[in-house]
Amino acid sequence: MPTQKTIAATGNTVVAEAMRQCAPDVMAAYPITPQTTIVEEFAAFVAKGRVHTEYITVESEHSAMSACVGASAAGARVMTATSSQGLALMWEELHIAAGMRLPIVMANANRALSAPINIHCDHGDIMGARDTGWIALFAETAQEAYDNTIMSVRIAENESVLLPVMSCLDGFITTHSIDRVQVMDDESVAGFVGEYTPANALLDLENPVTHGSFAGLGGPYFEFKKAQREAIERSRKVINDVGAEFSELSGRPFGMIETWGMEDAEVAIVVIGSTAGNVRHVARGLRDAGAKVGVVKVRCFRPFPFAEIAEALAGLKAVAVLDRAESFGAEGGPLFLEVRSALYDNAERVPVIDYIYGLGGSDVKLELIESVYKDLSDIAAGVEAPAGLVYLGSR
Amino acid sequence: MPTVAELERAMKPTWCPGCGNFGMYRALKETIEELGLSAEEFAMVWGIGCHGNGADFYNVQGFHGLHGRALPVATGIAITRPDLKVIVEMGDGDGYGIGGNHFIHSVRRNIDMTAIFHNNQIYGLTTGQASPTSDQFMKTPSTPGGVVEEPVNPVGVSVAQGATFVARGFAGDIPHLKELYKRAILHEGFSVLDIYQPCVTWNKFNTFSWFRDRVYKIEDLPDYDPTDRTKAFDLSMSTFHELTCAPDECKIPIGVFFEEPDSFTYQDGLPQLDRPMWKHAEKPRNISATMAKYGG
Ligand SMILES: Cc1ncc(C[n+]2csc(CCOP(=O)(O)OP(=O)(O)O)c2C)c(N)n1
Ligand code: SF4
Ligand SMILES: [Mg+2]
Repeated sequence: MPTQKTIAATGNTVVAEAMRQCAPDVMAAYPITPQTTIVEEFAAFVAKGRVHTEYITVESEHSAMSACVGASAAGARVMTATSSQGLALMWEELHIAAGMRLPIVMANANRALSAPINIHCDHGDIMGARDTGWIALFAETAQEAYDNTIMSVRIAENESVLLPVMSCLDGFITTHSIDRVQVMDDESVAGFVGEYTPANALLDLENPVTHGSFAGLGGPYFEFKKAQREAIERSRKVINDVGAEFSELSGRPFGMIETWGMEDAEVAIVVIGSTAGNVRHVARGLRDAGAKVGVVKVRCFRPFPFAEIAEALAGLKAVAVLDRAESFGAEGGPLFLEVRSALYDNAERVPVIDYIYGLGGSDVKLELIESVYKDLSDIAAGVEAPAGLVYLGSR
Repeated sequence: MPTVAELERAMKPTWCPGCGNFGMYRALKETIEELGLSAEEFAMVWGIGCHGNGADFYNVQGFHGLHGRALPVATGIAITRPDLKVIVEMGDGDGYGIGGNHFIHSVRRNIDMTAIFHNNQIYGLTTGQASPTSDQFMKTPSTPGGVVEEPVNPVGVSVAQGATFVARGFAGDIPHLKELYKRAILHEGFSVLDIYQPCVTWNKFNTFSWFRDRVYKIEDLPDYDPTDRTKAFDLSMSTFHELTCAPDECKIPIGVFFEEPDSFTYQDGLPQLDRPMWKHAEKPRNISATMAKYGG
């Protein structure tokens, strides 16, 4: 069993610590608030010789992900971290990483996108990257950010998966708040992630390969995409298996979704990221007062756990989805679209209301969450659901 | 014609006390007032960084977009409104690093605008990481083992790439800076202004006094000819790689390195840029005959 010590640290500190323990061969990064300290703390580990990583400070995130892609294609275990505009600037390369099946692991400090400029938390950046082919895990707390980082390596490098993974934590709320975190000893983490043996590395003189040959008209492009779809479908099992193994090792639970109070809940809120804690806090109070409320937290957004969601929400009287991102012109935010689609095959129709909240770090007060549960209990009691989405707490 | 006071917004600058950006702010406001530019005659574009926070402090027609992308946005403004004087403010990370490709191409395009680089040799806004102009071996939070690469030489690159106005200034010498600003804004073509702007919070090495001990004025050099590109290049190289040396061993020239007064600008190359786009629309073309031909 691993030795674990409990420390007080920010999300970024423990992500850097997890990265050090996973010992990537290469890290290439560019600073951006609120990711910066992940890379700075990692750089300090390199300078002190506490990790033997080729660490390069490049001139942009486009260059950072490009260098990661090159290093990963050459057979290295590769990690990086970014946020917001940095993730947006990586967009071309995100597709390359997934399409070339390069198991890069990246932390993303979830932050709003310009314009107008803002540096605070929302999920606009990461949701904009949801169709790039990356696996996406979300942390509620610094502890989950630490755990997800370590699990990401195993998931990405699994030979039936070979896909890049983003490990997302909420900007400032999780990246910069000091939290209580259990950190494992180095040997246990090293043993858990194991050695990386690349599948199709460049620089293998016996078996030379080319990454990225033309696959146009009449070529295998379509089949490549199908193979990517199959790989991310296979990753569901791998994510659950790796999660179970990690749970056993760490003593901390993991699920693609995590539920609270759902055994007998009549209404529930579906949420992703740090707000899950606030929602549980409110739900606990309501339960104490006798209300049958529940919480469903989504910890893995890609692949989306639609079967788990459909099961968890079956038979409820009303569901609210909290979306910290927009999908302008769509019927609701990205999480809502997934959740409602997941419910389509359920026999009974459940009203699902989308609440867009907290964009650009706008405050998520407990009263707002209480108001959502109030709406849900009204709907459960027969009041008509609002038509269309609700901007929760906007001025 | 806005005065210095009218060029200020109600929001007071949030730069750290003593920051070199204050000197540049004052110099540019006074330049605009002294040139007598009317508010409609010019526009400003900023990158993202401490310098870019100027977007909140200047009361002008302005645009504040993305880190590294000020020059292409300014290019769009300049070709749509060739009547405007476009002043672009960027950081060293912003303009020479993440936006470095735009820098080179803007130089070769020679579009009429003024590019002011706030060169503090650090990423200020993101709290002190090495930038493309940080000295080699400099230790910063992102480079605790020291910067490996050689710094970009903005003056040398500009001169070599055919820039038609290249100057270097120092935020600690406001009267001199104003002279550079004036000449650059009046220059027809792309003007590069690399301004040493001490970041008092994060760059503890390239400080005001460090610069004061080293800068001298190019104007004071006997028979320096700023229209001689080869000489300009030599001057940019002779001093550049010695920035870490003792004051008596190396001196940093500030002033106009190079100027080509009657250069061929991008606007010269495209006759339709003789007036703003909206003026083209003043004479609607009669297309009835063309339409008739196709059965319209
Ligand atoms: C695409 C992108 N990557 C990273 C950032 C984060 N960022 C903001 S300002 C900055 C660097 C600032 O340095 P510099 O351009 O030299 O300006 P200064 O703050 O020193 O004036 C960085 C990395 C960003 N805004 N956008
Ligand atoms: S961090 Fe540096 S550049 Fe930014 S405002 Fe402060 S002193 Fe100026
Ligand atoms: Mg700078």
